[in-house]
Amino acid sequence: MNLGERLLKGDRRACARLITMLENNDDQAINILKDLYKHSGNAYVIGITGAPGSGKSTLTDKIAKEFRKKGKKVGILAIDPTSPFTGGAILGDRIRMNDLTLDKNVFIRSMGTRGSLGGMSRATWGAVKVLDIFGMDYIFIETVGVGQSEVDIVKIADTVLMVMVPNLGDDIQAIKAGIMEIADVFAINKSDLDGADRTKLEIEMNLDLSDQKEYRPPVVKVSARQSENIGELVDKLMEHRKYLEDTGKIVERRKKNIRLEIMKLAEEEFMRLIMNKALGENLLEDLVNNVVLKEMDPYTAKDRLIELIKE
Amino acid sequence: MDRPIRVLVAKPGLDGHDRGAKVIARALRDAGMEVIYTGLRQTPEQIVQAAIQEDVDVVAMSILSGAHNHLFPKVVNLLREEGVDDVLVIGGGVIPDEDMPGLKEAGIEEIFTPGTSTKEVVEFIKNNLKR
Ligand SMILES: Nc1nc2c(ncn2[C@@H]2O[C@H](COP(=O)(O)OP(=O)(O)OP(=O)(O)O)[C@@H](O)[C@H]2O)c(=O)[nH]1
Ligand SMILES: [Mg+2]
Repeated sequence: MNLGERLLKGDRRACARLITMLENNDDQAINILKDLYKHSGNAYVIGITGAPGSGKSTLTDKIAKEFRKKGKKVGILAIDPTSPFTGGAILGDRIRMNDLTLDKNVFIRSMGTRGSLGGMSRATWGAVKVLDIFGMDYIFIETVGVGQSEVDIVKIADTVLMVMVPNLGDDIQAIKAGIMEIADVFAINKSDLDGADRTKLEIEMNLDLSDQKEYRPPVVKVSARQSENIGELVDKLMEHRKYLEDTGKIVERRKKNIRLEIMKLAEEEFMRLIMNKALGENLLEDLVNNVVLKEMDPYTAKDRLIELIKE
Repeated sequence: MDRPIRVLVAKPGLDGHDRGAKVIARALRDAGMEVIYTGLRQTPEQIVQAAIQEDVDVVAMSILSGAHNHLFPKVVNLLREEGVDDVLVIGGGVIPDEDMPGLKEAGIEEIFTPGTSTKEVVEFIKNNLKR
């Protein structure tokens, strides 16, 4: 039986191996996904994002357990940063999810960013498809702890859960920087600590200022560590799903993301083509030297590169 | 292929120290590997399931409590039962010389005792991958 058939039959090792192959740019995995794409579409994708250390992993563990109580199969992709210097990474999100490891209806995979910015890795898009075809009902993606620009999660998730914490002085900064716009549900985690009410108020005030009409992101105080209010948070996630489905916005949202994905894939392929040719024939180095010597300008150098691909 | 080596660093058994495991985890990361760190008190069953989901090349375990003769072979056996035969299993910790042959016999490919430099571990892994 080939990997694709095994995946369809729910073989865990096939699922794991396919994700590895995607991470390693193995075309064979892409071919399998081409064949099996028609089997995807059952899973609902929830992105979980927020500042480093805000409790994303602990909360993901608790939310996943809540979905398990409802009998849902859960896939989790947990992303941590890869060192740009060594290419190595310590992927530690799993520590908070050890209880789920033996549950046959849960599949957890840790991924390094491997050079991608945006809070996820390039292979995350494919890994979601693998977990979907594998038969998961819900897929949670825990992004790396986000700063300001790492908001790719909105390009892949149906619902984005933004995890905030009390008394993080720069909450307001984050709000200003535009992280607010991508959240469909806010969780104020660590509400066992002081200051959660104030943080909630600040977020609500910001929501008052923005102009959503039909849907206002709810703000839920939770404590992942003490398992408090997780049920309510899950209700809010489900309400967002229902809103998207009832209004047909889910179709719009997915269509928008598919468009982005196709463009991204094309862009990557295009860059690969240029770089292979340019580096292979030493052209890039020559162009750089010419520009350094002012024998050429960078615009003309770019034209040369493009000509090469058109050939 | 320039794929990073993936290593599960696990701490089976009940002892509460993971300093050694963390040192190794960091050294492997600095050598360009992806280290999945699962923390303290993992059962052999958990280690094996995590190794499968993470599709690691290496399972590296450390034990200080003395339960190595039981726990290390258990992990190897469970991996075999699951049909996993392409994962390198190594161990570390305070392990008496006389236990070494039995552990290697059981399928732990190398045992690193406290004096070992992290560089040796990195080299061993790079030279003994099974895929
Ligand atoms: N007081 C309190 N601490 C919490 C709560 N949830 C998580 N923590 C703690 O916050 C720390 C970070 O938790 P993680 O779940 O690893 O946070 P994270 O956002 O996944 O971290 P990164 O993935 O490294 O960005 C741990 O020490 C947790 O025990 C909570 O509800 N209350
Ligand atoms: Mg985390």
